[in-house]
Amino acid sequence: MLPNSLFKKPLNALEGSEWYNKVTSKPFVPNDLWIKCPSCKSMLLSSDLEENLQVCPKCRHHFRLNARQRIAITVDEDSFQEFDKDLLSKNLLDFPDYTKKLKNARLSSGENESVICGTARIGGHACALSVMDSSFMMGSMGSVTGEKITRMFEYATKNRLPIVIFTVSGGARMQEGIFSLMQMAKTSGAAKRHSDAGLLYITVLTDPTTGGVTASFAMEGGIILAEPKALVGFAGPRVIEQTIRQRLPQGFQRSEFLLEKGFVDAIVPRGELKETLARLIALHTKEEGQ
Amino acid sequence: MKAIERVAAARAIDRPTALDYIGRLFGDSFFELHGDRRFGDDRAIVSGIAELNGMPVTVIGIERGHNTKEKVFRNFGSAHPEGYRKALRLMKQAEKFHRPVLCLVDTSGAYCGIGAEERGEGQAIAENLFEMITLKTPILSILLGEGGSGGALGLAVADEVWMLENAIYSVISPEGCASILWKDSSKTAQAAECLKLTSQDLYKMGVIEKIIREPKHIEDKLVDSLRNIIYNKLHEKKALPVEQLLEERYQRFRRIGAAD
Repeated sequence: MLPNSLFKKPLNALEGSEWYNKVTSKPFVPNDLWIKCPSCKSMLLSSDLEENLQVCPKCRHHFRLNARQRIAITVDEDSFQEFDKDLLSKNLLDFPDYTKKLKNARLSSGENESVICGTARIGGHACALSVMDSSFMMGSMGSVTGEKITRMFEYATKNRLPIVIFTVSGGARMQEGIFSLMQMAKTSGAAKRHSDAGLLYITVLTDPTTGGVTASFAMEGGIILAEPKALVGFAGPRVIEQTIRQRLPQGFQRSEFLLEKGFVDAIVPRGELKETLARLIALHTKEEGQ
Repeated sequence: MKAIERVAAARAIDRPTALDYIGRLFGDSFFELHGDRRFGDDRAIVSGIAELNGMPVTVIGIERGHNTKEKVFRNFGSAHPEGYRKALRLMKQAEKFHRPVLCLVDTSGAYCGIGAEERGEGQAIAENLFEMITLKTPILSILLGEGGSGGALGLAVADEVWMLENAIYSVISPEGCASILWKDSSKTAQAAECLKLTSQDLYKMGVIEKIIREPKHIEDKLVDSLRNIIYNKLHEKKALPVEQLLEERYQRFRRIGAAD
């Protein structure tokens, strides 16, 4: 019999080579010189885009950031101290292929889970911080995601810190079944205790935030901010279209829509986020007459 | 019984619904209260006050209806945000009088549609989770049929969660799981198995406290024993100091899926 590989056409001459494997197993970093804006189709110089915090200088389209990029542009230099970096998800239900998927997600994202947590300073103010990462299984909520966020809330409650969470998530993680669902209750419980302790919780909704994350801690912030045009909803647009069998109106479930309907406090462009967060935290730490 | 057979049983057309149980458990003592005081009255959620062996309780059930007419009227047991807000209003009312809350859950999920999103389905469920965890009165949730994801959890942050033997509780429907993960709806039975959504699986995993054995139809004997075990549990929880009640409720969820 002929070897199977004879019938497989390589994607390029380098596929399968040592170099190719090395490059593709690394976290994805856009290093092309030119990047096309998916919104206005302009060709942008990647260095310009980076300088502009991954926002298109022409149409203000906000490109998605991974968690490390987000932290880098949000917190004061060298102030981030990561917690629970090595907490790893297990295949609790023995779900087919999940172990492999986790491994691939770790390789392709360079992260251990869909959220990075820690403490940091923003404009000089100490806070707890959780940043979700869409490059790890679409920011889905596994047990470890919920556990890390819960621990962050508990730490912030104990140490009387404000907390900022950047959300991005496709929702539940099916492969963890009911354990994924229960993280909604777990994180909400921790968020409630933090709130009852009289502490500030700011959510920043980024594109896209849906499903179980929307229906739990994303919508429980005392102050809810959103990046422009981020998709935020409970059910995803495709599911709704399939259910009601009609097309959704333009701008449906975008930040601007949520602002109009009263579900977010403010839409803040990326370039103003750090300053806005610092200002809001300052308003909550100031003693009268200080 | 295979998982997919449980799924079919949980959804069976002749399966007793929340209103059947409310009728049999509380009889004429049930007084329905309507509306969320903000937008409207969601008919998918039936709620009110009733007497259980002489003890006033707040009852909140998701009703799916029996025939087509009823199902349409009840929106097939899929609640809009105003349904969750009505439930929360009644829970807050119960808290004021330290009256225990009984939730009867039976839904394929919260409704997904334009109105539901416009009025904040996600926010409404989130608020229920956020408030229920510290509601200063006992909460018992019983899954009667389908426990569909966030729409079910929005009424199941409780001191104890019980399931009828053939009820299911899952983060996603087996159909949804098969089509999203494997792009193959013929793998629904396999998905049902993998999701571990039966009462037996969930009991083994420590997600629920009790399985209620069920005969094919509601029989007087079942109703009497159900009434008594619900009464005993709520009575027991009501006697606890509130701090202990809330600490135990917090830990009940805190320990699920906790990493070592």
